[in-house]
Parts: sequence; structure tokens; C-alpha cells
Amino acid sequence: MKFTSKAATASAVAVLALVLGACGNSKSSDSGKTDKAHSVALVTDGGGVDDKSFNQSEWEGLQKWGKKNGMEKGVGGYNYAQSNSDADFVPNVNKMIQAGYKTIIGSGYKLEKTIKDAAKKNPKINFIIIDDVIPQKNVASATFKDNESAFLAGVAAAETTKTNKVGFIGGVHGEVIDRFEAGFRQGVAAVNKNIKVDVKYADSFSKADVGQALAQAMFNNNEDVIYQAAGGTGAGVFSAAKNAIKTKKVWVIGVDRDQTADGKYKGGNLTLTSTVKGVDIAVQKLATAAKEGKFPGGKTQVYGLKGNGVKLTRGNMSAKAWTKVQEFREKIIKGDISVAEKPSDL
Amino acid sequence: MRIKKTTIQSIWIPLIAIVLGLLVGAIVMLLSGFNPIENYINLFTGAVGTPNAIGEVIRTATPLILTGAGFAIANSAGFFNIGVAGQALVGWLASVSFALAFPSLPSIIMIPGAVIAGALGGALWSGIAGYLRAYFGASEVITTIMQNYIALYATNAIIKGVLAKNNADYSPTIPKAARLRTPFLENLTQNSTLHWGILIALAAAVFLWWFMKKTTMGFEIRAVGMNQDASRYAGMSTKRTIIVAMLISGAFAGLGGAMEGLGDFQNIIVNTAMPDIGYDGMSVSLLAGGAPIGIIFSAFLFGILKIGGLNISITSTTPSEIVNIVIAAVIFFVGAQYLIRYFFETGRIGRGKKNKRGGTANADSSAPTPPESGPESVTTNKKGSDAR
Repeated sequence: MKFTSKAATASAVAVLALVLGACGNSKSSDSGKTDKAHSVALVTDGGGVDDKSFNQSEWEGLQKWGKKNGMEKGVGGYNYAQSNSDADFVPNVNKMIQAGYKTIIGSGYKLEKTIKDAAKKNPKINFIIIDDVIPQKNVASATFKDNESAFLAGVAAAETTKTNKVGFIGGVHGEVIDRFEAGFRQGVAAVNKNIKVDVKYADSFSKADVGQALAQAMFNNNEDVIYQAAGGTGAGVFSAAKNAIKTKKVWVIGVDRDQTADGKYKGGNLTLTSTVKGVDIAVQKLATAAKEGKFPGGKTQVYGLKGNGVKLTRGNMSAKAWTKVQEFREKIIKGDISVAEKPSDL
Repeated sequence: MRIKKTTIQSIWIPLIAIVLGLLVGAIVMLLSGFNPIENYINLFTGAVGTPNAIGEVIRTATPLILTGAGFAIANSAGFFNIGVAGQALVGWLASVSFALAFPSLPSIIMIPGAVIAGALGGALWSGIAGYLRAYFGASEVITTIMQNYIALYATNAIIKGVLAKNNADYSPTIPKAARLRTPFLENLTQNSTLHWGILIALAAAVFLWWFMKKTTMGFEIRAVGMNQDASRYAGMSTKRTIIVAMLISGAFAGLGGAMEGLGDFQNIIVNTAMPDIGYDGMSVSLLAGGAPIGIIFSAFLFGILKIGGLNISITSTTPSEIVNIVIAAVIFFVGAQYLIRYFFETGRIGRGKKNKRGGTANADSSAPTPPESGPESVTTNKKGSDAR
């Protein structure tokens, strides 16, 4: 006992010495090119910046922007903070403020309350909220007409289905996913009223297994095109499709970013198309505006089909389907068709 | 002498575990090409370097002390209450619902009311598992796991269907009178989410100590935990003890949830997974060996790792995944402290042949000792245990 106790004391002292010694070292993290006055930071809404969806698009946009402006990842440049749970929102935002970032992006509607409070307490810092609106002087809001791109996805699905049955898998019920569901259903119905849309929710944005089970059931039910608006849950839809395609032709429609790479399988690609949300573009535009001193605080930028704020990729659609999609796109941009925002408005 | 030795051990073992965890974390960072010393300094300053950080650490520790204490009570009665997370969620919902239902109450009634509602919600939820265990022998592990799912989806349905407005997936914010976060604390800690709940948590830890060491009921709980048959033979009502232990366990867990509702979040959100405070509370309690003072320290350790960890990837290029590995390594070694204890034991009595009892030092130290002012039945109980 005595011996080990001594050994333990010695090791603890050694570690302590190590730490203290290190404290004496000069800080070396302040190297590299920085532009402190315009540093930008992103706080994720739960997923990492590799979620193959929303957060990843934003982070890629921010990285592009940073590189273009000769900045580096880190304090004084651009950076992200991953929220491991909702309880991390406030500390993450506060830590970004204390680290000296001048523009802070709240990724997604879940950060609305946090950004609102932080903006009130830090009037000199620019805040950006994606997918929600905060009417405060130092907050720029960016919302997306996902229902418009989802409408076009519905058109593509209706033009592609052979069984006249298509599926929709949503993440969590709520305002944002409502837009996807409403747009998709309206788009399908615009082409052919007799096509059945099977709507299911996974109640999570991060459960690939649930997505897989739901998709499996849909494919078994002869639904041959599935649109998934479910974040990480969508990965399971792709896995289910890769199993199903061994016996019959099925398609998956990607969401938020071009998910063509996720649809690759031996013998082809099963991603029909993807609805792309221009969060990367929005982030870059707002960061640039902040840098140039023209930050649109208090204003809401709405990104729709007009101006390619949201769009549908060409993907693997047939020429006929693509023509139809173009047709409807024009009609929506012109205002001939107004796309519903809630399933209850259909 | 013996007590002294085990006390020394119970302080040293977690410390060595932490050091080992940090060393493994350092190796992981070195292998991935990041500077461990710089990162650990960032972790440390991110946790205690500013008033804001300290506030966040205390706030993170607050519900963990409560869920940890809740788990500890059930654990001393021999129950593995995996339902802490679900009970916390029910408590969270109950406290927020109370605050939203009576928006015009003054603080002096509102806060106790909402806090008690949270405790009752948690107790109700765990009481079901306790009742099933006591009267039907249903395994509390299974019932509480399943109750977690029921709690998760039921609370989500209630939030969406009853509390939320405009199809949101969170409830409205609770009225000012119910908030445990105050402008005073915000000014003190540069707008951190620190709230007065820490006082409730510390009081709960004191209560845990008093209840387990100084009351007959606490003694009975520990006796049942050690040997149910002997306790029954000694004349204790094991059914009652089981239910009481589970009720208190759930009440603490519910209080933990209420801290999230009244303190940190000030509303309740649709959760897509069980709240972290449940499982983290279990780790906190196991790390502390169920000792109240240890629960406070280990809850703070979790707070430091979690809040300081956020700082690493903010102030350096180290990705947060690496940080999470480091934190997990520390917790792993802390959880695997039996390993360290084993080396302690073998080092101590290495020449003897009694080494088989590698992991029992802690159990020995926590063997029930009757409360000083215990009634007569307690003495009988002790005889019963000894006879066994």
C-alpha cells in the first residue's frame, strides 16, 4: 500500500508538473493569417459538420468563404462548434463570443431561442439564424422555401413511379418538415391525382435504423420512389433501397444537398434527384455582407426557386421527367402555382 | 486503521483513473497529430478560466448531482434504476407544466410548487417500477428501460399536442416567477446559464447522506440491498423498502429534470433521444461509489470535461470527435476503477493468498452500520445479517 501510494503520488505530481510546465510555454495558437474583425463561427444543431446534410452544407460554404478570404480555421478566422446535445447551444454560443468571433451562425431553427437571447445581450456581434426568423437589429435571418423544391421532387417522383405509389419519410414533425411534406404531396398530385403518397415520420433526424425499417416497409408495399427529408435518418433509406434494388427498380430522392454519391450501388445509381438547399450560398453571402460592413441585421433573406436559393438536381431523371420539372419550375417562379407550406393547407 | 486505508483508496483511485484517462486521451491526440498539452490547457481554461465557464460547469453539474443521487439510492437497495433518464424527463415535463398552468403565481409559491411537481412526477414514474418489483418480482431493469421509451414518446406527444403553440416542437417559455436563472447570476457569470438549482442539488446530496446514514429507513434500504432474505428474516418489510427506495430515487431524478426545465432550458423541448442527464447521472453515481460527497465531485468532473471539452475545438483545430474520445477515455478509466483497485489490493497484500477479493474494498466500507439513534429493531436486524 505504502509503495503504491507513493508511486501514485509521484505520478500525480509528475502530471501536475507537466501541466504547470506547459502553462509556462508561450501560446502558439495565434499563428497564421487571421482577420479578427470578420471572424465567423458556426454552431451546429446537434449533428456534426459531416451529417451529409444541413450542417455539412453550411460548414462547406463557410470553409469556401474562409479560404477565398485568406482566413484559417481557428480563433480569428472561421470555425465551428459541435453541439452534442441541446444543452450545449448556450455554452457553445457564449464560448464563441468570448473567443472573439464577430459573426455567429445558428444552424437551424432549434437554436432560435439561444440566438435570440445571445443577440440581446451582445448587441455588437452579428448573428445569423438559418431556417427561422428573429426580428432583432443584429440578427440576419435566412429562410428557405423548401416546399418549392419539394414540389419539384414530387413532380419528379410522379413522373418516375411505375406502381403509382410513392413514399415520404420525414424526420420530426414540425414547421420545417411540414414544408417538405406539403410541397412533395402537392407536386405529386399536380402530375397525377391517382398516385398515392405514403407519409411516415421517423421522429428523429439521427436514427438511420428507423429510416431503414420505414423504407423497407414502403418498398415491400410496392412504393418505388421515396423522398426522405430526415437528416441522418435518411442514410437508412439509402441502405434499404440498396437492398431492394436487387429485386426491383426503386429510387430515393435526396435532401438538402446533392446526395448522388449516397445512391451509388453495383450497377448504377439509385438517387433519382436531390432537393438542394442553398445554405452554403446563404452562409457565404451573409458572411461577405458582414465583412463589407453591410450586414443585413433585422432583415430576413428568403431563398426560393427564384435565384436558385433552393433547386432540384438533374440527377438520374428521364428526359421527360426533367422537362416536366422545368415546366413546373417556371410556373412556380412566375407565381402561377403557389406551393402550400403545411400539409393541412393542401 | 482499516477505515483510514479505504478512505485513502476512495480518494486516490478516482484520481488515478482520471490521470490514466487523460494520458490515454493524450496518446490519442498525439497519434492524430494534435497537441495534447495545448488542448488540456484549453480544456482547463474552458472549464474554469472565466466566470462564464465556471457558471456553465456548475449548471452542468446541477442535474447530474440529482440524477446521480437518485441512482445511488436505488443502487444501495440493490436495484439498477436505468429509468433515471425517463424519470428525469417526466419530472421535467411536470415542473414545466406546473409553471405554465399557473402563470400568475408569485415566485415564493411558484418555485417550490414546480420543483415539487417535478419530484412527484419522477417519483410516480419510478414508483410504478418499484411496485411491480415489490409485488410481482418484475425486473426493474426491464420495466424501467421500457418506461424510458414510454416517457420519451409520451412527453413528446404531450409537448406537441398540449403545450406547444404554432406547431412548434418546444413548449412556451415558463413565466419569470418560475425561473431559477436570475439576472443577478447572469451578471455574475457573464450570461452563463447558472441557476439557483445548485442549492437544491447540494441540499439533496446532504439529504442523501443523512437519509442513508442516520435514518432507520436508510439502514433498511442498505440492508435490503445487501441481502433481501436476511432483511426479511430480520423483520423488515422488504416490499415497503423497495417501493420507498424507488420512490426517492425517482423523486431525485425528477428533480434533476426539473432543473433542466426551470433552470437551463426554461421550457421543454421535443427530445429525439433520452436526455443525457440520465445516463451521465448513472456514471456520476458509479464513479462516486454512491457516496454523496463523491457524487458532488464527480458531477463537477463531468461538468468540467463537458464544458471544457467544448472549448478545445473552438480554440484549436482539434475536431470535437477527438475531444469526445478523450472525455470517454477519462470516464472509461473512472468506470474501470476496479482494475486500479485490484492493483492496489494486490500491491498491499501481494504476498498473501486472499487476493481473490480484488474488488470488495468498497463494499466493505459501505457495509451497513446501524444509525446511532436507531430503534431496537435495528439491532435485531444487525443480528440477522450477521447470522446469515
